[in-house]
Amino acid sequence: MLHTFVALVEDKPGVLTRVASLFRRLNVNIVSLTVGRSEKPGVSRMTIVSDASPTAGHRIMASLYKLENILQVDNVGLASCVVRELALIKVAATPKTRSHIFELAEVFRARIVDLAPESLMIEITGVESKIEGLIQVLNESEDRILEVSRTGRMVMRRGQHTSRVLDAMRAPTTEAEELPEEEIAEEEADLPQ
Amino acid sequence: MDKTDESKSTTARLTGAEILWATLEGEGIREVFGYPGGAILPAYDALRKFPIRHILVRHEQGAAHMADGYARASGKVGVAIATSGPGATNLVTGIATAMMDSIPMLCITGQVSSKALGSDAFQEVDITGITLPITKHNYVVTRAEDVAPAIREALRVAVSGRPGPVLVDITKDAQQGAASFDFAAAAPAPYRPHPMLRSESESILKSAELIRAAKRPVILAGHGVIQSNAREQVLALAERLQIPIATTLLGLGGMPATHPLQLGMMGMHGEAWVNHAIQQSDLLIACGMRFDDRVTGTLTTYAPNAKKIHIEIDPAEINKNVKVDVALIGDLAEMLEVLLPHLAPISGESAWPREVNAMKGECAVRDIQNLPDTGHLYAAHVMHDLWHATGGKAIVATDVGQHQMWEAQYYKHEEPRSLITSGGLGTMGFALPSGIGAKVACPEKEVWVIAGDGGFQMTACELSTIAQENIDINIAIVNNGYLGMVRQWQEFFYDKNYESSPILSPDFVKLAEAHGIPGATVRTRAEGVAAVKAARERKGPFLINFLVEKEDSVYPMIPAGSALHEMIRRPGNNPLIETAQDV
Ligand SMILES: Cc1ncc(C[n+]2csc(CCOP(=O)(O)OP(=O)(O)O)c2C)c(N)n1
Repeated sequence: MLHTFVALVEDKPGVLTRVASLFRRLNVNIVSLTVGRSEKPGVSRMTIVSDASPTAGHRIMASLYKLENILQVDNVGLASCVVRELALIKVAATPKTRSHIFELAEVFRARIVDLAPESLMIEITGVESKIEGLIQVLNESEDRILEVSRTGRMVMRRGQHTSRVLDAMRAPTTEAEELPEEEIAEEEADLPQ
Repeated sequence: MDKTDESKSTTARLTGAEILWATLEGEGIREVFGYPGGAILPAYDALRKFPIRHILVRHEQGAAHMADGYARASGKVGVAIATSGPGATNLVTGIATAMMDSIPMLCITGQVSSKALGSDAFQEVDITGITLPITKHNYVVTRAEDVAPAIREALRVAVSGRPGPVLVDITKDAQQGAASFDFAAAAPAPYRPHPMLRSESESILKSAELIRAAKRPVILAGHGVIQSNAREQVLALAERLQIPIATTLLGLGGMPATHPLQLGMMGMHGEAWVNHAIQQSDLLIACGMRFDDRVTGTLTTYAPNAKKIHIEIDPAEINKNVKVDVALIGDLAEMLEVLLPHLAPISGESAWPREVNAMKGECAVRDIQNLPDTGHLYAAHVMHDLWHATGGKAIVATDVGQHQMWEAQYYKHEEPRSLITSGGLGTMGFALPSGIGAKVACPEKEVWVIAGDGGFQMTACELSTIAQENIDINIAIVNNGYLGMVRQWQEFFYDKNYESSPILSPDFVKLAEAHGIPGATVRTRAEGVAAVKAARERKGPFLINFLVEKEDSVYPMIPAGSALHEMIRRPGNNPLIETAQDV
């Protein structure tokens, strides 16, 4: 089963290794991992998608929290989220064979971002199934895919849910109380009460 | 910033090396174990200006084990120091040992200059990369001004929550560079408790309810009892409701061994009646233990009729091996303080402890201790006699193997922090250095090192450390001419194919004498008792080489893949019977 974690981590050298190494040690495969700066200086946001047994979510999250550089972990589970992935797809195409790919791109709301005599490049964002759909159609129409580069999933919860750890960091005196306990409780469905 | 912190600060500019020692001094550290080398020499150069005792080891693994033994015996952080490259890699086994047993330890390593990092410079090794999975956290420090904050934070990390080892790698230029030293300003951010700690009143009430309803409850007391100083609370729980207590290897000493409700050790080489009590239990109250495979046997058949309450500080341990019904995640003593008011003492005697007692059955009569003297010396005799001579009050550091299990069965530890043993990693060579560390931490305590003839040779070089530092410990080598525990597995599971398990040893007494340490070789029980007496009366270190029965095995034993109650017992036609229920 796929588990998706959104983690706020300190933006320091080696933090990615620590996170990756934890998954390796737990013998859990990382399906995708995106990382970039967050809204707060010195803090990065990671989206980690991993493939593990249905009950593994609790242990992964608890173990992530044991890493000193991890500030917050959100096991987004089935919560209401916006999920996006970006893909760049290079397809072999000559001026003669281009037009149907243009049509496909239109249908998938993708964009052509580069044209060369022998190839073109498609940029597409969306949920994974949409991206996989385009790749499948390209394959079925016997277009030759030359290169695919995908970011993996990025996830953000909908609505009011903001990072309370970050809020707390702006007001250090109240840090202890502000830790996101009920959010955590929510994700611990597999835990006994 | 508190007053004491301020008084430790100076605004003077110091070198990174001086800042290192000044910070350790400010943190109250007075003893460190280490070995010098090029990349850490600036630190050594500055050492004499500080009131810190440095114990020169003979191998950096020894430094790590000594720091570990120091921490286990005292509850304070143990500090080990090594140079870059081979010095740092030699620490690795010791760090992993501490990690597996949650021991607060600080390792400081020298590193090549920051400009040379990553260039495969002489004696450069990526020690933070190597130790990443076996430390709680680690740091690379490349500037003098970062030394104090890194050391202070490292010490905070080592002791907070579930303790563990932390490594700080300091480049040579960071040691040589200068910075202003301000101890107070280098204070780490306050400890952030693991956000998944939980102790809702709901869980407390449910625990109390389960405990009140239980007919056959058992407390499983682990290392957490000692780490959390929770003896009093666990005893209160046990006494209030007449709940028998089973102990893990690392939990020994947490409960007084002679307490009427204390059953003894559980698990692979646990007492038969303890394992039976667990299997028949209807409620397990796990206190600061992690359901390691060495205590559960096969999980599918583990305590099948028992509900489980897990009181544990590390949320990652909950439901890891055994699925539990209620989890109280937090400090054990604190959790029990909250739980206890919900439990009224039961009146009268309950039947269950009596039933458990009855499970001991004939064990007492069949115990090797109660058999007529055959003139042979058994390891069990050695342990029993040592226990008897020391009143169960000595600190005992054991190695790994058969003697470790016999010690656990026959030496009845009364005091917390009195058994120093590598449980999680099972590191041979641990006993001698960890015993040295324990003695440095507790100079007023009697310390015994008990090792097999195999494991002793792994770190025997530390005899020389004992001599140089005049460490007053006694050493008992349980010499059976084999890698005993390996031989036992070969006997049981590999058709007695004793491949590479017979081991030749030097004359250990001569070896000790070569270091100026007196010793005696003993072959009978009477000689053993006399030698122990002599060792205890004499000031300074003493080594006893006990030549014990060669092919004795530890019973009971749960073979891998078996249920907790499916123990191999000592064969009936063998007059030698298992374990410890004697007088
Ligand atoms: C460093 C290390 N290497 C190998 C082992 C595997 N091992 C476990 S017990 C044992 C035999 C120990 O023999 P000895 O030290 O003579 O003690 P005994 O079992 O005879 O009491 C071995 C080799 C280990 N635990 N640690």
